[in-house]
Amino acid sequence: MTKLENREALKNLRNSLQSKFQDSKKKLISLCAGSGCGAYGTAQVHEKLMAELAEQGLENEVEVKLSGCHGFCEKGPIMVIHPEGIFYPQVQEQHIPEIVEHTVKNGELVKSLIYKDPVTKKKFTHEEDVPFYKLQKRIIFGNNGIIDPTDIRDYFSVGGYAALEKALFDMSPETIIHEVKKSGLRGRGGGGFSTGIKWETCRKHEGERYVICNADEGDPGAYMDRSLLEGNPHSVLEGMIIGALAIGSNEGYVYVRHEYPLAVKNFSMGLESARELGLLGKNILGTGFDFDIFISRGGGAFVCGESTALMASLEGNPGLPRAKYIHTVEKGFRQNPSLLNNVETWANVPVIINNGADWYASIGTEGSKGTKIFSLVGKVMNTGLVEVPMGTSLRTIIFDIGGGILKKKKFKAVQTGGPSGGCIPEKYLDLGIDFDELTKVGSMMGSGGMIVMDQDTCMVDISRYFVEFLKDESCGQCNPCREGLKQMLVVLNMICEGNGREGDIEVLEELGAMMQKFSLCGLGTSAPNPVLSTIRYFRDEYVAHIRDKKCPAGVCKPLFHYEIDPELCTGCTLCAQKCPEEAITGEKKEPHLLDQDKCIKCGICYDVCKFNAVAIR
Amino acid sequence: MEHLVEIDWQKVDEIIEKYNGNREALLMIMQDISDIYNYVPPDVVPVLVDKLGVKESLIYSVATFYKTISLEPRGKYIVNVCTGTACHVRGADKIMDALEEHLHIKEGQTTDDLLFTLQGVRCVGCCASGPVITVNQKTHGGLDRASALGTIKSYE
Repeated sequence: MTKLENREALKNLRNSLQSKFQDSKKKLISLCAGSGCGAYGTAQVHEKLMAELAEQGLENEVEVKLSGCHGFCEKGPIMVIHPEGIFYPQVQEQHIPEIVEHTVKNGELVKSLIYKDPVTKKKFTHEEDVPFYKLQKRIIFGNNGIIDPTDIRDYFSVGGYAALEKALFDMSPETIIHEVKKSGLRGRGGGGFSTGIKWETCRKHEGERYVICNADEGDPGAYMDRSLLEGNPHSVLEGMIIGALAIGSNEGYVYVRHEYPLAVKNFSMGLESARELGLLGKNILGTGFDFDIFISRGGGAFVCGESTALMASLEGNPGLPRAKYIHTVEKGFRQNPSLLNNVETWANVPVIINNGADWYASIGTEGSKGTKIFSLVGKVMNTGLVEVPMGTSLRTIIFDIGGGILKKKKFKAVQTGGPSGGCIPEKYLDLGIDFDELTKVGSMMGSGGMIVMDQDTCMVDISRYFVEFLKDESCGQCNPCREGLKQMLVVLNMICEGNGREGDIEVLEELGAMMQKFSLCGLGTSAPNPVLSTIRYFRDEYVAHIRDKKCPAGVCKPLFHYEIDPELCTGCTLCAQKCPEEAITGEKKEPHLLDQDKCIKCGICYDVCKFNAVAIR
Repeated sequence: MEHLVEIDWQKVDEIIEKYNGNREALLMIMQDISDIYNYVPPDVVPVLVDKLGVKESLIYSVATFYKTISLEPRGKYIVNVCTGTACHVRGADKIMDALEEHLHIKEGQTTDDLLFTLQGVRCVGCCASGPVITVNQKTHGGLDRASALGTIKSYE
């Protein structure tokens, strides 16, 4: 590809690729190559598809794209056939010959592959009608499914780099910042700080300014940033170049967590192509603006998602945070003014520049503008990545888009905000998602992880899980966090083992209050949230563990046992067959018996019984 | 374990060159070395001190702070069981229990024949496919006790 020397060249390239894409008469098969579908076998499906098309002599009529994450991860591997938009979920190698023969060659549907919505039981043949997608507003994530993330030309064909063009040639740094401020965009990484104000403040500070992308995405259960980096890296790249222009920076960094090799690979390819075209480097498009970006990889430390720790890590040091008397926009990376934003925040920038602040601000609520991508996971039917306007209710996301709870079990809580967040109970399901609303009920937006829990989830165990995680991840510098988490874990372990004492809840609350007030950084100050929110809404479970030595959800092994209810057991023998310890005995059609001495409480019998005959006592 | 590994010093130099001997890239340099040997052989440390111009204490500080770096030999197959929240809620600890039992090691340990290292990792970002394990660069999703054991056996 030849270097673009000026605005004309950029515009012409984009226009020609856009028309080519829109006017293409070829069939396009988009196969999701996101990590989720990858784990379900996209590579094999792709290989088989290419072979089949070649065999049928269709290579020149059909284009196959390995696209970015489509978001409907539960149903992967996902295939969408354009221009019709025919949607086939859970495609495996053995389906390929049929798909090619019927749909590709003759435009007919393969009935066995048609998607059936689990809630309404209705069938949907086209992507745009599938309820999971229909209720979303995918202004950031939408292009993932139709572009090859490793080809910059695909980004152009959906209008890419038009925002950069506008920012470079029609706007000044001040007007760019003004637009971002006016849009109301708030940080998508968890802090929720006004992006425009951050930019404005950074610009004011003297020094060698740096633009940084926080791609550490440490919250377990959240993978939105991963999918954006893997599936549409240029959307993030474009945002960063615009940011650099706005604050006056010549060097940028993307700090990606080590566990995301595909994101590193795809983003690196994006950087290479951008450099080749002259969108990065010296004298960008002849404007005299120099800017380049480098990738840095993390080392498996959750705390490196914190801004000062991230910058310490970027400098080749252990990721130890520092107290923020002086903010990183003033003194950050290499002691210089640093603009750090989350992946999703950066991806919002081109959308705002292209469509204008007023349009952006028309979406969402008073305090939270735009959309947010959530990773809807856990005990929900339709797990995946969901992008909705701010203000959408939890109920809509979990039940209408998410399809409700797996195996028709009862909803118990939804955990938002990762380890810094809290658990939200049923009574708040109609809460509109908004930075401030979530904080009011004791949780937070965080980076967007939304983990759905059902009746089989023990909230005390969840609380312990998070404290254990945070204790391992604590950098250890300050007493409140290091000692506080250690002691919280001791207490929670005792409670879960049946050794809880009267007064333990108060100890947890006191430790929590102390950590919130006195910890050095955000990891420590927000660490008590999961514990305090579960005590607030599920105190009865704590009491059951401490006073009655019982775990009602059937998770804490010393505090429950399984029993087969002779009234409900039909003697189908399924549990006996599946039991790894041969602890269940019984005749066919006779109620079975569970030998408590042999039982290891693995839960397999509970899971497989179709008659709810295995009770938790 | 006293397994002395044959270090290819040219490769180590190439890695340092790739990052221009920049001390800010210390973590990535150690990771690239670790990709070859599955760990950072302590013999490499003085070379890093010399070529990057950093103190030995910094190298040990970084090596022990970040989980992805090990100064001790690890298995040929590094098995990471995702213990992130979504996988946890879907029963990841049962998978860890099953693998610990089968391999006769605990989380964080390596089998005596240096074939497997079993680790827990807090989220590989495939939350919708949980429970998930990764074996080196390969991801295996949608697992339960039986299929997780089957996956490990396929590497034996």
